[in-house]
Amino acid sequence: MSGDIPTTAYTRRQFVHGGLVLASASVTLPAFLSRSALALPRAVPGAAAIPGVDQDRVLVVVQLSGGNDGLNTVVPYFSPDYYRARGGIGIREDRVLKLDKAAGVGLHPAMAGMAELYNEGMVTVVQGVGYPNPNRSHFQSMDVWHTADTSGTGDGWLGKYFDAECCGYGKGESGRPDGSAARGTQLGLAIGAAAPLAMRGRTASSVSFESPELFRWSGGEGEGDLGHAYDMITRAPDAVLPGEEGSNVEFLTRTTLDARVSSELIRKAVATRPMASYPANSPLTRQLQMVAAMIRAGLPTRVYYTTLGGFDTHSGQGGEQGRHAQLLGQLSGAVRAFYQDLKASGHDAKTMTMCFSEFGRRVGQNASNGTDHGTAAPMFMIGPMVRKGVLNDHPSLTDLDSGDLKYTLDFRSVYAGVLGKWLQAQDPAVVLGKGYKPVEILRWRG
Amino acid sequence: MSGGTTRRKDPGGNSGLGSFEPHGGDFGFAEARHLLWRAGFGGSAAQVALIAGWGLERAVEHLVGYGGVEAGTRPAEARGDIKRERTAEERRAERAARQSRDEESLARIRLTIQQRERDDRKQMSQVQRWWLARMIETARPLEEKLTLLWHGHFATSYRTIENSYHMLRQNEMFRSHAAGNFGQMLFAIIRDPAMLAYLNNNQSRRDRPNENLARELMELFSLGVGNYSERDIKEGARALTGYTFVGNEFAFQASNHDPNPKRVLGKAVSDGDDFVKAILAKRECAEFVCAKLYRYFVGDYPSGVAQADEAAAGVIKEMSRELLRARYELRPVLRRLFLSGHFYSARVRGSQIKSPTQLVVGAVRSLNTPARDLDVLSDAMDRMGQELFYPPSVKGWDGGRSWINTATLYARQNAMVYLISGKRPVGRDALADAEPFRPEELVKAAEALGMSEGDAVAALLMVMIGRADINERGDLEEFARRRSGGGRVDHATLVELAMLIAALPRYQLC
Repeated sequence: MSGDIPTTAYTRRQFVHGGLVLASASVTLPAFLSRSALALPRAVPGAAAIPGVDQDRVLVVVQLSGGNDGLNTVVPYFSPDYYRARGGIGIREDRVLKLDKAAGVGLHPAMAGMAELYNEGMVTVVQGVGYPNPNRSHFQSMDVWHTADTSGTGDGWLGKYFDAECCGYGKGESGRPDGSAARGTQLGLAIGAAAPLAMRGRTASSVSFESPELFRWSGGEGEGDLGHAYDMITRAPDAVLPGEEGSNVEFLTRTTLDARVSSELIRKAVATRPMASYPANSPLTRQLQMVAAMIRAGLPTRVYYTTLGGFDTHSGQGGEQGRHAQLLGQLSGAVRAFYQDLKASGHDAKTMTMCFSEFGRRVGQNASNGTDHGTAAPMFMIGPMVRKGVLNDHPSLTDLDSGDLKYTLDFRSVYAGVLGKWLQAQDPAVVLGKGYKPVEILRWRG
Repeated sequence: MSGGTTRRKDPGGNSGLGSFEPHGGDFGFAEARHLLWRAGFGGSAAQVALIAGWGLERAVEHLVGYGGVEAGTRPAEARGDIKRERTAEERRAERAARQSRDEESLARIRLTIQQRERDDRKQMSQVQRWWLARMIETARPLEEKLTLLWHGHFATSYRTIENSYHMLRQNEMFRSHAAGNFGQMLFAIIRDPAMLAYLNNNQSRRDRPNENLARELMELFSLGVGNYSERDIKEGARALTGYTFVGNEFAFQASNHDPNPKRVLGKAVSDGDDFVKAILAKRECAEFVCAKLYRYFVGDYPSGVAQADEAAAGVIKEMSRELLRARYELRPVLRRLFLSGHFYSARVRGSQIKSPTQLVVGAVRSLNTPARDLDVLSDAMDRMGQELFYPPSVKGWDGGRSWINTATLYARQNAMVYLISGKRPVGRDALADAEPFRPEELVKAAEALGMSEGDAVAALLMVMIGRADINERGDLEEFARRRSGGGRVDHATLVELAMLIAALPRYQLC
């Protein structure tokens, strides 16, 4: 194998028997980190920096799958039309957690945690986000959001961002500068069965796992003779035979080694105890707790992706209480605890969370006390560095497009803000195309 | 193991890389194993030995001329009416309910639609399992391997079209042309409901042609970028207007077809068939198809290397000459490829990264593991990045090194643990699948072939990766010694050895 492992300094046996994480980290981290270092922008002279915030800022995406009912999340209590359309499931004005009196909107009462964050200045609500000719299919609209392209085709927006940052490849281009860039650089990490389309790119690979237990060998890693033998064969520096340099054997051997190292880092990280108490088990709690642990452990990951499903509330959606309220409560409670956890270890400032759904729901409720697939909806940007407030106008509740809200802001303008302002992408237009004015989501302007 | 020595002098001068001339070297166990893995999904030691005994010509003929072989698989059972268009009466009823604000009826209609969507997703999973089972069971492995190639080449995803019956019909269409005529397949693809829906040709109007199908037909299906102009796309899209489907069948809507003269690729064309003929008349089409065949069967030259090197380019050129000579019949090209010296050269053998399908189907076929639960396998393949009927985009799967990252490697290793030991991935069901895998058979087979006298590790290595001369062998032998105390290697240890070998980086290759 080439220069990454100084076999003269470590005999193979020491290499394998030494404290696994420490030994492997010291020996192989150069390979593991060198790629990431490329993609983690160092402070560029002249580039805007936020005082007190690490340059390796982190973005956490929370995807609300199924189409979250925006109107019952950020409630336009100012509007009698809202109450007319939502006779059975509307949220009473006196129960709404008011955000901005001038805007006349407030949060669903189940979102007390989010309201607290808002009052602490850590939430931006971006209203009326959507895109032209909205697609009401879950899959297709989700693909639109993931690809930042209304055709819903092509690579993911985060994948394109990774590509652009690490290899100078952008929208519409393809191919790899060389095979090596595909190695295990964990710029993006998703909690879920498969990496989301949003993270799919040409060069940078994203990792996904539902639980850290799946991010390890299920044959008996770390167990006695078998685990030992597994260590030996997957960390074998001499697996590559003469004449195989640069071949797929070498590529696989190196990636296997990377996998072992990152698996251990990640599992070690998520085994640590949270530094705040999370609300009782909800799927999002579990995910954000893991993400906080990984951020705390200093993984070289820039974007974490989490998902909360169940928002397809065609029937029995409920109003102040009920299914939708429970989901919003889970979201709000998990995010609140997440920031307490991060704050305790001093990692809150470098972490911004973006919350979106593939579409909102129709203005009028249906006969089953639910709502059907709609269009524009609010997004949340969360973190100590966001600009507190309610951005952008609420879409009209009377000037509708066959019963649906007309979007007032293209979601790609929000992406442009996230990429350009927060992640400091060199040129968001490479990822998103031209013409999307970045939304000012940060409180601090450089 | 012999190298790729050739009978005739290599005209390209690429000594050691073989050429497109017939393979003149040995056709022993190693070569037969290679042929079975590449032209199919691998085979058991006994199958490898059998075709090695037949000799090269007969082995290739058996695989390529599969028309005479009984596939031995069951046909898919699927309903074609789950996603049928709603009848005029149903539409009238909905309109009436809407007008009279009959919320109860509207709710009932909505529920019916949702139920149909659920039924259809369920049917898609069933068809998915059916195909996976067919690949595992078929006696015509090349037929399924080609069907998979065309599925990725003419990529269409259920995710977008949400019609399982159309996906199945498309799959059957690919199978019927698999080693047949590429031109016929192009004529069929512009009539295929799944493709017409996927690339929006059903929404194309004579006054507002949708260019999606016209573009991909040339860019991704037949010619490749640089071999057509934007104008060819525009005029081609006009030629394709009116190509749509009604229910489950192709329909040409003359009223929606633009009858005005158009020129595509320098030829006057009227309709989609003319468009396809104009494509087939271009030499570049044959080269494009052969480059695809080459990458699929011979080598995914390392990802990022956009150009084939001289040896590969030479072979692709020869292949496309053959394809044009045969008027786009695929069999003669495949036959010559699998007989060629280049195909058996040292550089080509054991160098290809298995696709997830290749890994899973190949493991069952070559190791004779139980097939276990197809749902678990299908989930695992999704984790590895290849869910059948759900290619990620119209470009299909990139293949090669793009299959591999730190997460998919674990998914691959753990799928092998499941197949070999029955131990399910955590989170699904911790109970081991009871049906045992019999590694003793592999050892016996290897010994019967004289590959490993009494050495279980060597036997498993030969069967599983085709060679025993690797450096990790010592680690495996040490493990076997510790377990057996130097005595006979017992069943549990053989199972564990098989899991370890399947975790070797090299096991990902074929």
